[in-house]
Amino acid sequence: MALELKNITKRVGAVTHIKETSLRLEPGHFNVLLGETGAGKTSLIKLMAGLDSVSDGQIFMDGLDVTRLSPQKRNIALVHQFFVNYPHWTVYDNIASPLRVAGMAKSEIQGRVEQAADILQLRPMLNRRPHELSGGQQQRTALARAIAKDSKAIFLDEPLANLDYKLREELRDQLPELFAGRGSVVVYATSEPEEALLLGGWTALMHDGRVTQFGPTARIFRNPVDLLSARVFSNPPINAAEIEKRGNVAYLDDQINWQLTGPAAELADGRYTVAVRPDYVTPTRPDENVVALSGQVQVTEISGSSSSAQFILNGNNWVSLAHGVHPYTIGEDHVFYLDPSKCFYFAPDGQRVA
Amino acid sequence: MKKQNQKAWFFVLPVLLLVAFNALIPMMTVVNYSVQETFGNNLFFWEGLGWFEKLLRSERFHAALGRQFMFTGMILAIEVPLGVIIALSMPRSGFWVPVCLVLMALPMLIPWNVVGAMWNIFTLPDIGLLGYLMNHVLGIDYNMTQDPFAAWATIIVMDVWHWTSLVVLLSYAGLVSIPEAYYQAARIDGASNWSVFRHIQLPKMKQVLTIAILLRFMDSFNIYTEPFVLTGGGPGNATTLLSIDLVKIALGQFDLGPAAAMSLIYFVITLFVSWLFYTLMTKDDE
Repeated sequence: MALELKNITKRVGAVTHIKETSLRLEPGHFNVLLGETGAGKTSLIKLMAGLDSVSDGQIFMDGLDVTRLSPQKRNIALVHQFFVNYPHWTVYDNIASPLRVAGMAKSEIQGRVEQAADILQLRPMLNRRPHELSGGQQQRTALARAIAKDSKAIFLDEPLANLDYKLREELRDQLPELFAGRGSVVVYATSEPEEALLLGGWTALMHDGRVTQFGPTARIFRNPVDLLSARVFSNPPINAAEIEKRGNVAYLDDQINWQLTGPAAELADGRYTVAVRPDYVTPTRPDENVVALSGQVQVTEISGSSSSAQFILNGNNWVSLAHGVHPYTIGEDHVFYLDPSKCFYFAPDGQRVA
Repeated sequence: MKKQNQKAWFFVLPVLLLVAFNALIPMMTVVNYSVQETFGNNLFFWEGLGWFEKLLRSERFHAALGRQFMFTGMILAIEVPLGVIIALSMPRSGFWVPVCLVLMALPMLIPWNVVGAMWNIFTLPDIGLLGYLMNHVLGIDYNMTQDPFAAWATIIVMDVWHWTSLVVLLSYAGLVSIPEAYYQAARIDGASNWSVFRHIQLPKMKQVLTIAILLRFMDSFNIYTEPFVLTGGGPGNATTLLSIDLVKIALGQFDLGPAAAMSLIYFVITLFVSWLFYTLMTKDDE
């Protein structure tokens, strides 16, 4: 079952929440919607689920126009960031509720509920009520309800956001497997680039009510089509600065410049934006082909396995991210090495050129 | 033995004094009156449990208690469902929310004796708006100073007018605290409006409804001012509720002993029924 959006727009009053978005989601794929809070992920999910109606455009499921169909008729499931379960029903009744509304036979309901409960390890909790469960168990109940229903499309709207990080990691590892081979379209919204990479599958990058890029997750991470997509899919934020290209050389300023190779060398002379992920701006010299940048360190963060530093160069904020623990002194100048082979180049209108 | 710091008592003292002055001392005075026969000039004679015995066997007390339960029962049966229905039909967002809330809160802001006086004038057959309308326009014989049924209907309608808002506001607070996600889940399941009410709204409103029912029970069971001003307990004894009867005995006849005994019984009943409500309604919450 494929889910297809054709030029959908959602306006509420004078505000446009979703702008002319087209997307084709294939069955069996794990699709991630990645974007900051307010980018329109939830709005888009509500439109796809039928909880909101589109202002313009059409939505197709299996080639069928479902634009005006109610959420119930679209046969979908939705798992929220909050743990939504019927408060006075047991876990069993909660998982069974959509099946009962659909008028399924008792024996079949039992089979489906128990199967879903097994997958999500909820067997021992079937007779408990939601308030007797931990947050993780409550969210697993909501997931089990979505699985038992066997819907054509399953929407997961930041389902792990309210869980502590241990549980998040555990559930995140299980999620793609849970839905693999069920033949439904899975859509997972998140604001964390890392999560999209960990989940794999396909990713749609969202910014300001638009899908800026859509494709297999790893591929679009490596090949952003424009500066916006590069920014959305980077945490810590991608470094971007203006350069001037003259001949085969990119000039960041009077002192800092580097030789351009490959497609970047073919560009017409002029001003471009260079962007490079913080991983390729490092405090240690990786090899000969690097450019030295020097800047005053403003903020540093050291986690167990990596160190990041924010420094200022020509009034621009730069971020460096490197393995291991590096001693930085805030307020002092440090030298960082930029790897020019990992740079993306964008035209003034934001389109990727090299 | 470990030396204890006795200073702690010092910190509890203010609360202790406060409770003593506003609860313990008045209460013990009533207990004191209830076991004695009182004459003027501070003459007291020991009576034991005599007043309690007489009171519990008195038909007058039984009748007043019966009227009280009937009044409270009717009040709860009307105000709770009506309050919930009004809360459900109020808008959850937008321009009309504050308008509705203010309109709802208005009756509760009016002093109780004013409510009684207002309704008294409102229902006068010759000049009252309602009284005139009923008698002279609709042709219905309505005079609550003569007809017990009319008197009952009037005090009930008055209380519903005055206090349904409390149930509305509490239920409304419970309703707006339900996250939108629950309603979305229900729409995806295809649940009916009744199912949404029965399985989402009602369970989520349960706690505030418990409070609303308790408050309405206690207030209506102890009601005095409004019916006293409106009907004075009449016609005859038709609307003589417990508190009205109590004041008649205590201040009208100055029988402090029986009045004190009656207050204590009254208090115990209120306490017991409140406890019963609370226990039943919170039973399966654990």
